[in-house]
Amino acid sequence: MSVRRLAKEQPASFAFSKDSQAKADWWKAKYPAARKQSAVIPMLWLAQKQEGWISEPAIQEIAKQLEMPVIRVLEVATFYVMFQLQPVGKVAFVQLCGTTPCQLRGALDLKAVLKDKIGDANHVSADGKFSWEEVECLGACCNAPMAAINDYYYEDLTPESLAQILDDFAAGKDPKPGSYEGRVSSEPKGAIHTLTDPKLYDGSYAKKIKIPNLPEKPKATKAPSSKVNGPEPTA
Amino acid sequence: MVGILEDKDRIFTNLYGLQDWGLEGAKKRGCWNGTKDILDAGRDWIIDNMKNSGLRGRGGAGFSTGLKWSFMPKEVKDGRPHYLVVNADESEPGTCKDREIMRHDPHLLIEGCLIASRAMLAHACYIYIRGEYVFERERLEAAIKQAYEAKLVGKNNVHGWDFDIYVHHGAGAYICGEETALLESLEGKKGQPRLKPPFPAGAGLYGMPTTVNNVESIAVAGTILRRGAAWFAGFGRPNNAGTKLFCVSGHVNLPCNVEEAMSIPFRQLMEDHCGGIRGGWGNLKAVIPGGSSVPMIPAEQCEDLPMDFDALRNLRSGLGTAAVIVMDKSTDLVRAIARLSYFYKHESCGQCTPCREGTGWMWRVMERMATGEADPKEIDTLLDVTTQVEGHTICALGDAAAWPIQGLFRHFRHEVEDRIASYRTGRLHVQGAKLIAAE
Repeated sequence: MSVRRLAKEQPASFAFSKDSQAKADWWKAKYPAARKQSAVIPMLWLAQKQEGWISEPAIQEIAKQLEMPVIRVLEVATFYVMFQLQPVGKVAFVQLCGTTPCQLRGALDLKAVLKDKIGDANHVSADGKFSWEEVECLGACCNAPMAAINDYYYEDLTPESLAQILDDFAAGKDPKPGSYEGRVSSEPKGAIHTLTDPKLYDGSYAKKIKIPNLPEKPKATKAPSSKVNGPEPTA
Repeated sequence: MVGILEDKDRIFTNLYGLQDWGLEGAKKRGCWNGTKDILDAGRDWIIDNMKNSGLRGRGGAGFSTGLKWSFMPKEVKDGRPHYLVVNADESEPGTCKDREIMRHDPHLLIEGCLIASRAMLAHACYIYIRGEYVFERERLEAAIKQAYEAKLVGKNNVHGWDFDIYVHHGAGAYICGEETALLESLEGKKGQPRLKPPFPAGAGLYGMPTTVNNVESIAVAGTILRRGAAWFAGFGRPNNAGTKLFCVSGHVNLPCNVEEAMSIPFRQLMEDHCGGIRGGWGNLKAVIPGGSSVPMIPAEQCEDLPMDFDALRNLRSGLGTAAVIVMDKSTDLVRAIARLSYFYKHESCGQCTPCREGTGWMWRVMERMATGEADPKEIDTLLDVTTQVEGHTICALGDAAAWPIQGLFRHFRHEVEDRIASYRTGRLHVQGAKLIAAE
């Protein structure tokens, strides 16, 4: 657990933009009408996408829209660590994975780069452009060490490539996410020995097939309601 | 040929994303082939065949998937809809397999959802994907859109089983990988696990009958039924059937995901697919074979080790999610495990006292062990505390926090003792050394 509190300085108000509101309504429609509370995490996320962080007025607005007590939304916002309760770097917000698989492959060196280039963790740089934090496993362990920058994954990093990425962000460029070791995804680099059979991809698996050991007379789709009408023979 | 499994028997034929992930590409690779025949064969046939295939859940616990599906009520009663919930909250350190399925073979997952829903009489499915997987979520949403447009899913689809599929996302909480915490989170609450019983099959999402399955367990279902239970059961040792995605990370030359037959010898997995251990086989020190929660095993036990549920359980470890974290001789094992202890401390949901307090306590002591700033007697105290956390909490996070520490001391106690001894000889004023007490 970690202690997470709302920021001391709060904006006066919050409103969803037209675009975010449309997305929020799309999320709400995914759940049964009486269960729209389910949309609280996606809506907090939308608010964060819009403003960069979660403020108290945003929490109140979401509570109003979802007809939830404010405390229930506050509870969710403070429980889930992806919700930033303070402003973060506007150009690049770096979330460096520091858990053991990344640590084994050099995350500590990357931490030094971030400290050097941005400053201490959880502090926005003086120009407001950069901030970074260490996060727990981001689930890209075969591409360790890695960091998520503004939502997307930058993988197979070295201190040099991470420094270059940060420089690119500072220069107003948009460095590409993905592997910085030339990999497509999590294949063994330069030595793919599997999935090489051309038959897998020439369409031979799309030909009509007979499903093995099907029942002799395939029953028609059994609607569950049909059972209610007549008594089922018991074995 | 490398490894055991032949290409023709691989399920995830676009594991590395070198082919088209979209509907056309997926169909060409055999996805959505014969799905209607499978659905028409009915609930009992699907469940029987899943049972016969010997598929054990791929999320870590290794419970029979077919059996789990059979726990759902046999009919929909009292207007209580059934739900399938797919656990895509992949957060176990070392594990990165579901991510590849969702971004490269999403249609296998969607097809699996439809089949599983037919088997459990569900007409709606939620896929709960971890919040950090933004790209993977966008890809999955796009694939679902394709499936709706092609009328493969949705109301009045070509398969004759009305079925809606929704993607939901989390926001960075490891605990939401626990099935009941996931359901709480999906209902818009803090992700704190529920007491069981009632089990989700009786009262799950919104209090309705629900089954929660891992992404990989669901995504393999279509291919298993298409090719026959016997085909899938033909791989691996008895009771450990099938093919499995292995995620190999850490000190190997070529870290990668690979689909292999169950029970592949550990050494073969390393040498055929991962370019071997960094610095050669002799440089191996220890392995965490199934994601951070399982106890590590030392190199000596890895020589002829088949990678499956039962072999690893016999070594008092586990296959978990088959996320293999390899550590060579340069590794500071105590530091590596202390970092995992920090992870569990950070991710404890705070509901049960033994876990909330114990994970923090264990982390602080592990940090001192890592520098050697401890008393040798504290090792036994620490192990005693792990057993007080283990098994005394609502969910398994307490166990998961205790096991890595127990594994470390089971096999490498001497390393910690040496470190404490050398710390003591290196400093004259041990008595005055600052002890970050177990407050």
